Amino acid sequence: MFLEVKDLNKQFTDQNNSTTTVLSDIQLDVEKGEFISILGPSGCGKSTLLSIVAGLTTATSGTITIDGHSITQPGKDRGMVFQEPALFPWLTVKENVIFPLKKEMSKSDAVAQAKKYLKMVQLTNYLDHYPHELSGGMQQRVSIARALAMDPTLLLMDEPFGALDEQTRSRLHTQLESIWRDTKKTILFVTHSITESIKLSDRIIVMGTQPGVILTDIKVDIPRPREEHKQEMIEIEEHVMHYLKKEIDKVVSGEL
Amino acid sequence: MKPIFKRILFFVILIGFWSLGSALEWWSEIIFPSPLSVWQSFISGIADKTLIYGLVASFRRLAVGLSVSLLLGTSIGILIAKSKTADDTIGSMLLALQSVPSIVWLPLAIMWFGLNEKAVIFIVILGGTFVMALNIRTGIKNVPPLYIKAARTMGSGGIDLFRRVIFPASIPHVVTGSRLAWAFAWRALMAGELLSTGPGLGYTLRYASDFGNMSLVIGVMIIIGVIGAIVDQFIFQRIEKNVAKRWGL
Repeated sequence: MFLEVKDLNKQFTDQNNSTTTVLSDIQLDVEKGEFISILGPSGCGKSTLLSIVAGLTTATSGTITIDGHSITQPGKDRGMVFQEPALFPWLTVKENVIFPLKKEMSKSDAVAQAKKYLKMVQLTNYLDHYPHELSGGMQQRVSIARALAMDPTLLLMDEPFGALDEQTRSRLHTQLESIWRDTKKTILFVTHSITESIKLSDRIIVMGTQPGVILTDIKVDIPRPREEHKQEMIEIEEHVMHYLKKEIDKVVSGEL
Repeated sequence: MKPIFKRILFFVILIGFWSLGSALEWWSEIIFPSPLSVWQSFISGIADKTLIYGLVASFRRLAVGLSVSLLLGTSIGILIAKSKTADDTIGSMLLALQSVPSIVWLPLAIMWFGLNEKAVIFIVILGGTFVMALNIRTGIKNVPPLYIKAARTMGSGGIDLFRRVIFPASIPHVVTGSRLAWAFAWRALMAGELLSTGPGLGYTLRYASDFGNMSLVIGVMIIIGVIGAIVDQFIFQRIEKNVAKRWGL
């Protein structure tokens, strides 16, 4: 098993000393090269789970191992793409992608590496542009290239296309799928869009809320490209909806 | 009409009115000299090099004082941004010190350093340091947490994180801090020179005043104002604008 999440719990204690359980008893096994979506309503702790795998947040209890090594802090073996592009505005596109490579390779090797991944996201013409000169979708592609440039074994994506418009999102889905096919990365993809998860992933981890638990693990056995198999997609969507409906009702009634 | 033409027209009218008032003796030439005599004392001040020496001397002090205050302010700012204890103690004192005009320190400075250049430079340093420190602190504290998270997932941390992310991300505040430090230091310098010793622009001003040379007094005042405006508009505001654009503000 490549990635193993075992008995993972996460609790937050607020100023009044009351404890909220964000994640309860999470178990997850991921094979190398799998594309996994983590799907759930807002507040189910899916982003927290990703953040713990990234090493940015510490778990209250439980373990996470990658290839048998346990994870306690961030590392270059895990690239992360956030909902916002998180590019550094004072650096050009090229310099942003080189950022994680500075220490371990020569300038020319780093530039070559950066160009390779910027080509993958089709942005070779924008090497010397600054982030503010690019559209939101282009910025997000740069940040995908930046995460890939470290050559991580695991790519973590936290609702990376959530802030983009529908057409851009759909184009980036296709691009991400082909990147995944070409690089054979293992991808953990957090989303709240059912369609997105069905379109992209091998398995969908459906999460419930209050506290965050894994409800079910659905295998998506549809040949790619999946747009050509609308009927199967709808069947899976209904299957997922069956689990999510109760959770969404729970969230909505909590807000009322 | 372009703003530049409006501006020129405005000053032409202003100087015209001033000349007219002087010519019609609305006020006495001794109290408020005409533009022509101000111009003449300006030219003779340049010719006998009084103004040139004064300007050079002032700028030398400013260069020393401002550089020290920028370095010192940056260091203090980093310290109070990074250490909670330092912020609770030194930080709160800075706010108090910041509201004291630095010229108030001159009597003490003269006692400590004597009636010389060191006292003036000390006042200039005090003028710039606090505002720089407070801006650096704000800058570092307002670095978007997302930048730090992103950098950590790319293997950055500690000094490397500070050097490559936190400091560059706070550059807009560094520029604002420097601009304010310059403005405070420039005012402190003029006040310090006026009240202590020369050479320098402020000293030239007092010297002219002691001899009742009001046209030179006005000439020096105009120089002080013009230099202040030029440095602010043509240097700092330009940098600030470029930085704000690049940093996507």
